[in-house]
Amino acid sequence: MTAGVRTRDAQLLWVAAGGAVFVVILPLANLAGFVSDYYLNLFGKYLALAVLALGMDLIWGYMGVLSLGQAIFFGIGAYSIGMHMLLEGSGKGVYGEPVPDFMVWNQVYQLPLFWKPYKFAPVALAAAVLLPAALAALIGLLTFRRRLRGTYFAILTQAIAFAVWLMFNRNEMRLGGTNGLTDFKSILGFSLSAPATLRGLYLITALALAAALVLARWLVRSKTGLVLQAIRDNERRLEFLGYDTSGYKIFVFAISGALAGLAGMLYAPQVGIITPSQIGVLPSLEIVIWVAFGGRGTLWGALLGAVSINWLRSVLTGTYPRLWPIILGGLFVTVIMLFPEGLLGIGSRLQAVLARRVPLARAAAPAAQAYPPSDKI
Amino acid sequence: MATLLYVDGLTVSFDGFLALTNLNLILERDEKIRLLIGPNGAGKTTLFDVLTGQVEPVAGRVIFEDRLSLLGLSRHRIAAHGVSRKFQTPSIFPRHTVVENMALAAGEKGCLTNTFAGTSAAERERIAAVLAQVGLLPQVETPAGALAHGQKQWLEIAMLLVQSPTLLLLDEPVAGMTRAEKERTVEILAGIVEHSACAVMLIEHDMEFVRQVARGGHRVTVLHEGHVLSEGSLDRVQTDERVIEAYLGRGRIAATTPC
Repeated sequence: MTAGVRTRDAQLLWVAAGGAVFVVILPLANLAGFVSDYYLNLFGKYLALAVLALGMDLIWGYMGVLSLGQAIFFGIGAYSIGMHMLLEGSGKGVYGEPVPDFMVWNQVYQLPLFWKPYKFAPVALAAAVLLPAALAALIGLLTFRRRLRGTYFAILTQAIAFAVWLMFNRNEMRLGGTNGLTDFKSILGFSLSAPATLRGLYLITALALAAALVLARWLVRSKTGLVLQAIRDNERRLEFLGYDTSGYKIFVFAISGALAGLAGMLYAPQVGIITPSQIGVLPSLEIVIWVAFGGRGTLWGALLGAVSINWLRSVLTGTYPRLWPIILGGLFVTVIMLFPEGLLGIGSRLQAVLARRVPLARAAAPAAQAYPPSDKI
Repeated sequence: MATLLYVDGLTVSFDGFLALTNLNLILERDEKIRLLIGPNGAGKTTLFDVLTGQVEPVAGRVIFEDRLSLLGLSRHRIAAHGVSRKFQTPSIFPRHTVVENMALAAGEKGCLTNTFAGTSAAERERIAAVLAQVGLLPQVETPAGALAHGQKQWLEIAMLLVQSPTLLLLDEPVAGMTRAEKERTVEILAGIVEHSACAVMLIEHDMEFVRQVARGGHRVTVLHEGHVLSEGSLDRVQTDERVIEAYLGRGRIAATTPC
């Protein structure tokens, strides 16, 4: 009992420490000049990707449904805000036309109809989150209701990711083709070349990540959280208990889509470019690696994996750009073979080894009085 | 007299192999336990599969409580109508604790309700009562995967009981159990008969166990090659020539466990 309480306290301590570092200390250190604007911006990018990983952990880590199309939703979020930022700057481009510059290159001088709503910031912000959620719900409706599951679902989402990637690459889509959207000047009136804007974006990203984490934790600790893990472990039993599991799957897939869209929305302004290369099959697979590397089904593992791998990538692609795919693949294989529970699993395994020196206190404890159980159900 | 379950002319074909051939079976509402026995491949589990929406028959009818056709309904709908099934091998959620397993079985099944509301106090009370009934109260916080085999079987039964089913389907509940565990299971069954309103349909190979249960005067149905071979009290079916014939080569039904 005391051991359980102690781990919960320790966990809270970690949360507080992590939150303090990313939300308070890092921006303050940046203001004081200890952390360069470049690094703050880099970490802002990692934290945005952590939001993406969080959604992946909900659907894959907790529910056991492998989606290989998360980058699509990320892309929709990033393109939505990107379109808005381009329209904010339209007329101020090289050609002075009322459309983004890349359209001029394609001899398009009239804004396509579907671009028009993105002039309005609230529409763009809402679309960045709601469109991915709606698309995920639609895909879920068409697959989960028909009992498509396991590998088949993974393959289908991968195929969709490939199709979407192909579509976004085409100039006819009026989304910048292979070059994607870039050359953003400002966001909501704030110049993107001002360090203060980037600092603000970092802070918003850190807070959004914290909010997403709180939401995800609340969800996995609810009875729905129990159901999600039960879907992962024994879906058939759940159905025979009277659960329509497809409803839960659609629900969680939509949430993971919304989180991915949010991540894209936070990512694009900080990085300054979004291209189809970030929304296809490979980026979708990478998200899986982040979560597996950090430790699936823990939420923390997803954050740890997303930030550490992307940081490693920044460091290593500078020095050994060609080796990076091999290093990434090697890391993945090593973790899966040696530490199937990821980085966090190493920690808990060490804890278990240490705890073994203490005789099985939990098993010996008088359990009869444990009912009614705490907050578990 | 009201009929709980009416199975009429059920035929199931697996790529041409007839697992059930024109099976007819009636379960009256006042019956507490119906024992289903028969050699391997007789179609016992297939019958449960049809009743719970796992397998579609090519012909036949299944009418539940005089009005509801179970055929064509999805698994969760059938469960919601009060037909609960225990699988041959314990089917529980190994990483959830015992009480979490029970919480999953009890109460609301909808996604939104479960996201915003947890297990109610009344449900907790009911969970505690059922766990006490099967003797798992001391293990509430144990991960279900760490339970002994027999305890897993009881947990699965408890998960079904907490749903207050109308018809409880038990597929070989004592398979792999020790003698002491089997005796405990007989007691649990007696408790269900006494305290619960549900009817139990029970598949079993273990004749020792069947005899103990049938002592309560419950009817026995013998399946063979996909249809009902004999039905009645255990004494009657044991002396039925056709039953003895069907079990020949495997040892007589009265002898040791036939499989």
